[in-house]
Amino acid sequence: MFFWRMIGRALRRQVGKRLMIALTILLGSSLATSMFAVMLDVGDKVQAELSSFGANIEVLPEGASIVSDMYEVDSGASSGSIREDELPNLKTIFWGYNIEDFAPFLSVTATAEGREIAVVGTWFDHELSTATGEKLSTGVAHLRDWWAVTGSWPQAEDEVVVGSRLAAELGWETGDHVTLDGENGRVDATISGVFESGSDEDNQLFASLAVAQQLANRSGEVGSIEVRAITTPDNDLAREAASDPSALSADEWETWYCTAYVGSIAYQIEEAMTNVVAKPVRQVADTEGAILDKTQLIMSVVAIFAMIAASLGIANLVTASVMERSKEVGLMKALGARNTSIVGVILTETMVVALIGGIVGFGVGVGLAQLVGHLVFGSGIAIRPIVAPLMALVILLTVVVGCLPSMRYLLKLRPAQVLHGR
Amino acid sequence: MTQNSTAAAHPDLLGEPIYSVRDVSRRYGELAALDRVSLTIARGEWLSIVGPSGSGKSTLMNILGCMDSPTDGIVLLEGERLDKMGEPELAKVRRQKIGLIFQQFHLVQHLTACENVMLAQYYHSLPDEKEALEALERVGMAERATHLPRELSGGEQQRVCVARALINHPDVILADEPTGNLDEVNERVVIDFFHQLHDDGTTLIVVTHDSEVAAQGQRQIILEHGRIVRETTDLSNTPTKGKPVRGVEAR
Ligand SMILES: Nc1ncnc2c1ncn2[C@@H]1O[C@H](COP(=O)(O)OP(=O)(O)O)[C@@H](O)[C@H]1O
Ligand SMILES: [Mg+2]
Repeated sequence: MFFWRMIGRALRRQVGKRLMIALTILLGSSLATSMFAVMLDVGDKVQAELSSFGANIEVLPEGASIVSDMYEVDSGASSGSIREDELPNLKTIFWGYNIEDFAPFLSVTATAEGREIAVVGTWFDHELSTATGEKLSTGVAHLRDWWAVTGSWPQAEDEVVVGSRLAAELGWETGDHVTLDGENGRVDATISGVFESGSDEDNQLFASLAVAQQLANRSGEVGSIEVRAITTPDNDLAREAASDPSALSADEWETWYCTAYVGSIAYQIEEAMTNVVAKPVRQVADTEGAILDKTQLIMSVVAIFAMIAASLGIANLVTASVMERSKEVGLMKALGARNTSIVGVILTETMVVALIGGIVGFGVGVGLAQLVGHLVFGSGIAIRPIVAPLMALVILLTVVVGCLPSMRYLLKLRPAQVLHGR
Repeated sequence: MTQNSTAAAHPDLLGEPIYSVRDVSRRYGELAALDRVSLTIARGEWLSIVGPSGSGKSTLMNILGCMDSPTDGIVLLEGERLDKMGEPELAKVRRQKIGLIFQQFHLVQHLTACENVMLAQYYHSLPDEKEALEALERVGMAERATHLPRELSGGEQQRVCVARALINHPDVILADEPTGNLDEVNERVVIDFFHQLHDDGTTLIVVTHDSEVAAQGQRQIILEHGRIVRETTDLSNTPTKGKPVRGVEAR
């Protein structure tokens, strides 16, 4: 086609300016590509990073939750309890597959070395078979996977792990034998490891659930459960349901129930167990959202600024190039060229050059994203397929905006001004 | 088909006005580059415009060639009011009816001779390489078709411009000092070519300094200070189809 023949010929001229345009777009688009790539992937990265911070649903006995909510006392042994034999029910709820991990807890006070210590009974890495015949291993080893354990997680019923501060206070080390005296008995145990959690738990001793039940004389009972479930981020519907579930219409209720909101999963847990209250643990989700929003905002701003800078850069170059070619443009007009046709030629030329710069820039940007990924998250960034069309659109927009100032010049130019050599 | 062939087939159409210019002025601030000029140009006529530098010749050509609009007055081309037209309509008239030739050749520097001719076709209708080559052949430039303008001499460039001006069979060819930068040989090629076009019935309006070139036309108007001060008609230059045209030396 003659149009492309013209473009091809024209591109051999003003090579310096063309290279500058390509370079400008290359720099802008590489930065924007890396930002978009990281931004789109960072959601999952941050999610993964933050979801390691434990549970997002806490299950308490019905009475205990009210007491602890009102008086802020430790629910521990006070009132009510959860039935241990109902724990597998968690995996039978509608969103059972979304429940990744859970662990029961039973707190009790025991005496060791003449001193009262907090003992928490739990599952470490518990093999569980559900009613559906599914097998899974769950427990604190998964739920607290950020704990730094020196030694190992308990393997046997009489093995325990001790928080680092408690161990330091009592001079305990891995392999030591300890004797725990409770109200209702005495238990001999071996320390299999010392852990560092970075929280209050460093003052506690974690034993098997059976040990705590024996010390507290509460066989078959559990004080609380922590659940980590994969959830859908809350939206308006979820917030409405959280504030007043009765306000939902039947359809909305159905939708809410069948979506993996943290609230609907909690609701289903309450259905599956007797006399329990399941509460979403909100802080994690909120921090998660806030961090994500801020990161993405900063990245968008960087990407947008990069492309604005590129636009300004090519605006100057294209205007200079067009002014240099005013005779040619005047001649085209004298031959009867439409304004759209002239603008089309200049836009196409710039677009072709920008596209070359953009493709190279995209490649550089992908590399840059990997660098950011490794520096910030310690892993590569998966490039979403959407990044390529997105960048194509952004480059198109940048070129059009960058060509706008020269368009004004092109439209204003009268052929008679330039053709008589005045 | 094209206007010029119609005119050639019906010689009685010669004499019907193609341009009517009534009281046209073009002012640049205080200065009147054209001052109430009235002029009628017949279809198929060869009109020469002469006058000293700065007398308004190019200004008049720009108005006739739809590249400028008068400040006052009426300009009709084939019954259409040019003075009322906006730029898009003027561009349309340029591409459909007018062939332009300039003193400074004006070719697109990165396109070959042939592509420069095709450019006019492209804006007019469809580029046709074969037709463009034929046009170049008519001006003796066929072997240089793939050359870029900078590889051609001034005379050769102007011949390409002539080929470009006639490729769409325009009703009018406007030439502003077409031979001003040419040597004698190329001047003769161009003038001979104008005679051919004239014989085909094309209206020719030629601005020139050169009295010999001016004398080729059927009529001369002399401009001074933006006014037509004199008009001479030489009826011996009436085209006669079939009779050989001998160009400059014919006088
Ligand atoms: N764009 C313009 N701005 C100001 N003055 C102009 C412009 N174009 C032409 N003129 C003036 O109009 C007069 C006629 O110019 P022109 O038609 O080019 O003369 P010619 O072609 O006969 O030499 C001159 O005095 C010239 O300076
Ligand atoms: Mg002039």
